[in-house]
Amino acid sequence: MDRPLLYSGTDWDYGTLQRSYDAIERIATEELGLELYPNRIEVITSEQMLDVYTAHGMPLTYRHWSYGKRFLQHENSYRQGYSSLAYEVVINSNPCISYLMEENTATMQALVIAHAAFGHNHFFRNNHLFRQWTEPSAIIDYLEFARTYVSACEDRYGVAAVERILDASHALSRHGVHRHGGTRPLNLKTEEKRERERREYDEKVFDDLWRTLPDAKPMPGSDKLADRRRLLGLPEENLLYFLEKSSPRLQSWEREIIRIVRLIAQYFYPQPQAKVMNEGCATWVHQRIMTRLHETGQIDDAAFLEVIHSTSNVIMQPGFEYGPGFNPYALGYAMMTDIVRVCDQPTAEDKSWFPDIAGNGDALGTLRHGWANYRDESFILQFLSPKVMRDFRMFRLMDDTSEPTLLVDAIHDDDGYRAIRRSLARSYDPGLNDADIQVVDVDLSGDRQLRLEHRTHPGQLLAKKDAEATLKYLAVLWGYEIRLHEVDTDTDAVLATHTSKPAG
Amino acid sequence: MDIIDRRSNPHGKNLDNRQRVLARARGAIARAARNAIDQGTLRETGQGETVTIPADVLHEPSFHTVFTAGQRDVVLSGNKEFSKGDRLKRPPGGGGGGGAGNGAGQGEGEAQDGFRFVLTRDEFLDLFFEDLELPDLVKNQVVATDTMTPSRAGISVDGTPSQVDMSRTMRQSMARRIGLRRPKPPEVKELEEEVARLTSTGEDVEKLQALRGELELALRRLARVPWVDPIDMRYRRFTPVPKPSARAVMFCLMDVSGSMSESMKDLAKRFFLLLHVFLERRYKRVDLVFIRHTEVAEEVEEEVFFTDPRTGGTIVSTALAELTRIQRERYPAGSWNIYAAQASDGDNSGSDTHRAVAMLENDILPIVQHFAYIEVSISAAIIRGETDLWRGYAPLAERAPKLAMRRVAERKDIFPVFRDLFGRKVAA
Repeated sequence: MDRPLLYSGTDWDYGTLQRSYDAIERIATEELGLELYPNRIEVITSEQMLDVYTAHGMPLTYRHWSYGKRFLQHENSYRQGYSSLAYEVVINSNPCISYLMEENTATMQALVIAHAAFGHNHFFRNNHLFRQWTEPSAIIDYLEFARTYVSACEDRYGVAAVERILDASHALSRHGVHRHGGTRPLNLKTEEKRERERREYDEKVFDDLWRTLPDAKPMPGSDKLADRRRLLGLPEENLLYFLEKSSPRLQSWEREIIRIVRLIAQYFYPQPQAKVMNEGCATWVHQRIMTRLHETGQIDDAAFLEVIHSTSNVIMQPGFEYGPGFNPYALGYAMMTDIVRVCDQPTAEDKSWFPDIAGNGDALGTLRHGWANYRDESFILQFLSPKVMRDFRMFRLMDDTSEPTLLVDAIHDDDGYRAIRRSLARSYDPGLNDADIQVVDVDLSGDRQLRLEHRTHPGQLLAKKDAEATLKYLAVLWGYEIRLHEVDTDTDAVLATHTSKPAG
Repeated sequence: MDIIDRRSNPHGKNLDNRQRVLARARGAIARAARNAIDQGTLRETGQGETVTIPADVLHEPSFHTVFTAGQRDVVLSGNKEFSKGDRLKRPPGGGGGGGAGNGAGQGEGEAQDGFRFVLTRDEFLDLFFEDLELPDLVKNQVVATDTMTPSRAGISVDGTPSQVDMSRTMRQSMARRIGLRRPKPPEVKELEEEVARLTSTGEDVEKLQALRGELELALRRLARVPWVDPIDMRYRRFTPVPKPSARAVMFCLMDVSGSMSESMKDLAKRFFLLLHVFLERRYKRVDLVFIRHTEVAEEVEEEVFFTDPRTGGTIVSTALAELTRIQRERYPAGSWNIYAAQASDGDNSGSDTHRAVAMLENDILPIVQHFAYIEVSISAAIIRGETDLWRGYAPLAERAPKLAMRRVAERKDIFPVFRDLFGRKVAA
């Protein structure tokens, strides 16, 4: 069933892109069964690629100096040759937008179409995190709204006033997501219309809350605490949400800007949690598709060698001497190929480790199920096999600060597999890696001090300098004094205290 | 599926954001510049374009945890030699906490040492002098529209003999000669010789006849087509161009008598340097004239000016007289912007102050854009109160806005004083 060559040589034109896309689409949907958002492919220059980087891959954002800073960083390192640009950037939107660099060869264009427009696209569309936290069909409209709104505020209240709120909100953007409990899907499209009504209603409720103050006697007691907590919805881990709703001194436009930062942060929330899977999925998909194109005679040997070369560059895992951490492309791709192997040609070891999938003969279905229902942490815990651990020659180091040396307490052997897998999975658990900071109380009757609590994981305190700088920003938004206790989760003992007052 | 070519979309999306970074870093850069002055590296700083701003200025903080004490474990790859139970030395720095993403994603850049910025010299100086304004700027900008300078403007077919462009003219001439088939003199000579030979031997009559005809034709052509014709002439063309007054001269006057200590001279030097950088930014060309004086004044080189100590009394008017003399000789007020800065400890021989004030008022202030008088004093000297020169200049300064006077006692005063002198005046 040989088909004609899609192209030969390195040059491409729009006809080449279209033919490659059609051939890839046939394989992706008919053979791999991928479910996709409609695709849109945009060809850009390297300078435009730098712009795309700057805004975390967003096609448009509001104006802020931090984007300029990121632009300068990327530009510096690009111009000085420290880093090259990505071949593509893909946006989790509907339609799914992939940016291709004009410098790419015909083979690279085909490869990145397979990688981004099919691999990532399928992942965005099907993974439960992205389904739950993001609304791809509205993000572009919402960014447009955000840009217009921020710019209108700048005209009206001045760049400095807007920047003050944006700076502060950015500092807290990691704490702008309702992590637990069902998040209602955001309807970003109607945000603009709802903005005014919501604001009026909130202000009414909010006034009631504070109006009770002058009469209330400062009588600390558990009932009062429970009351306050109920009124303010405490404890609250979504700091930006809390400030947006309950901060006493903000103008309504300031609340809206906090909300913009919060919603955009929420849109990005799933990305780091599924990086290994997302890249693994995209890399596996492009490799499979390109291999099939070669098998069916649609690309020539030279093109396929370029594919192999490019893929092996991407999935290179440097040893621990070069720094900690796993290349998400390498780990992800290794796990995807390994799952295929376990499904199709299981060994005795696989049968005892993965009795439910070993030899089930449905590698594609198993992969699609994995892509849809896991995140990095659970995916590794479920699917990391001894073979992958051996291939990566993984080992675990125990760092005990009371000991002068580090201990190798597990290596890739029968004793070590489970320990390594558990530890590695944990290192991808956002619940353990993000600081758990909550608003616990507000002194409603006194000086309106806001009390926060950081429930620490053993040995993990906040970086002091950054914590205090961030608290200053928090104080900007709250308007009164802030006190942050870092407490031991088990004993409730206070380990450290930071305070901050608004300037002036 | 749509394919969209975005390459022709407007570029420079982030220019505005870049400007905002600059604006935010403005304070830090100005601070860096002031530090540079304090450390005496002003000239280098003025030239440099790469600035390193402390990272905090552009730091975006967030709550994040660091491992402080207790136990943690980390999984690594690439084990070549370790077995369970091996103990390893701690890497210096304690090892990073989170794994930095590899690949082409966006890493969460945590702490950087400093933020390097590539600024143009103009950008740098703009920041450096952010709100400084030249005194009397209006006059300076347009002062020289009446001075025209001839500027080369191509080739013309007419002009004066002194402006003949020989090579162009000869090129024209040669082209014309070839075009009109003017015979070359050696060819004519050869023909003549051949004709003469045949005539004398008288052997080939037919050929002689033909050659004679040919020779006649050649001679006629030679006479008709000139070697250089007036239409070949080419002249260099000059166009008068109005010359912007892009030049300034800065007179540095300093008392180098015994009473000026090294540290006082150092203060003065800093002020001069600052003024020089400032003027360099405004004018294409800035001339420096150094005049030092004791009882007598003389023009010296920069090196000598700052280093060579002198002894003797102080007569200020000699320096002012020297300034006037040099200015009249070399820097006509019509085509030069004149600045003067005088540094002194305020001592003057009693009878001279009157003369100095009079010279300043009558001869100098009318022609300069600005005259800055800096009185340097080490802190002890301040106790003495007003000096001779200060007392003399003070009433004049009230009358004449071009004269500005300040006291400087310490290095850190220099920049504020400079700003004070040249700062943009708030419209009253």
